[in-house]
Amino acid sequence: MKAIVTITLKRGVLDPQGQAVAGGLKSLGFDDVRGVRVGKHIELELGRDGADARDRVTEMCRKLLANPVIEDFSVRLEGEGA
Amino acid sequence: MKVGIVVFPGSNCDHDCYYAAAHAAGAHPVFLWHKDHELKNVDAIIVPGGFSYGDYLRSGAMARFSPIMEEVVAFANRGGMVLGVCNGFQILTESGLLPGVLMRNKNLKFLCCDVHVRSELEPSATPFTKKIDKGRVLRMPIAHNDGCYYADAETLDRLEGEGQIAFRYVSAAGAISESGNPNGSLRSIAGVRNEKGNVLGLMPHPERCAEDLLGNQDGALLIQGFSS
Repeated sequence: MKAIVTITLKRGVLDPQGQAVAGGLKSLGFDDVRGVRVGKHIELELGRDGADARDRVTEMCRKLLANPVIEDFSVRLEGEGA
Repeated sequence: MKVGIVVFPGSNCDHDCYYAAAHAAGAHPVFLWHKDHELKNVDAIIVPGGFSYGDYLRSGAMARFSPIMEEVVAFANRGGMVLGVCNGFQILTESGLLPGVLMRNKNLKFLCCDVHVRSELEPSATPFTKKIDKGRVLRMPIAHNDGCYYADAETLDRLEGEGQIAFRYVSAAGAISESGNPNGSLRSIAGVRNEKGNVLGLMPHPERCAEDLLGNQDGALLIQGFSS
């Protein structure tokens, strides 16, 4: 089973990387870009299926994958739809 | 005074801390290997700078789960003195021993230069600051990519109220200004302490300015404060 974790900076937390990317896009002529937030995409191969998969991945996010002080995360299990 | 210096894969200030503890403070330093659970009966611990575990995921995130950090956290919770410098500060925030988090520098550049920081604490507030008067400006080098201190507004207010902000970036004259804040840290925070005062973290490197030969001994005050 595969789990896909998306980690983003919380709203209100300054994202200088996103600002730099936004500046780059604008200088390429994409002047409709209003803002950019850069996050992380983590794919996990899980050794066992089960109804608790989502809970386990959520626990992984809380303990290591994300820092709750500055980051939010979302978990998608493969087959659940985009 | 026996001072333990934690060594992770990727630590690169461990020997500087060892040297400064021995020569600037006359302490007896020992290295503490990241895979060990043995604290060797030390009286204080320094978590040094570097790039522990390659800074993978987030600075300090992986180091937090090393065997030695379990012991360092337990040691701190028993009231033991723990100083975190640079990457060590990042590790202490990830471990929950200190509040907040160190984020990417505001200008996205790795910064390697001298800065000025002002002590915000009464000398008695922590063992680390006992030789540093409140308001004194120290010149110390920084060398980091992720040094922008962040915490939510409520936490920042609490830190101010409880006197947990240890050092702020300032101009050479001691004034808070945007130009004196190299990495965009909120409220110009360069270092914080925990509530009890036995744990302190800061981004500047006191161990790199603890000897006359280096032209600056400001950092020796901090290291001498707790290790002698």
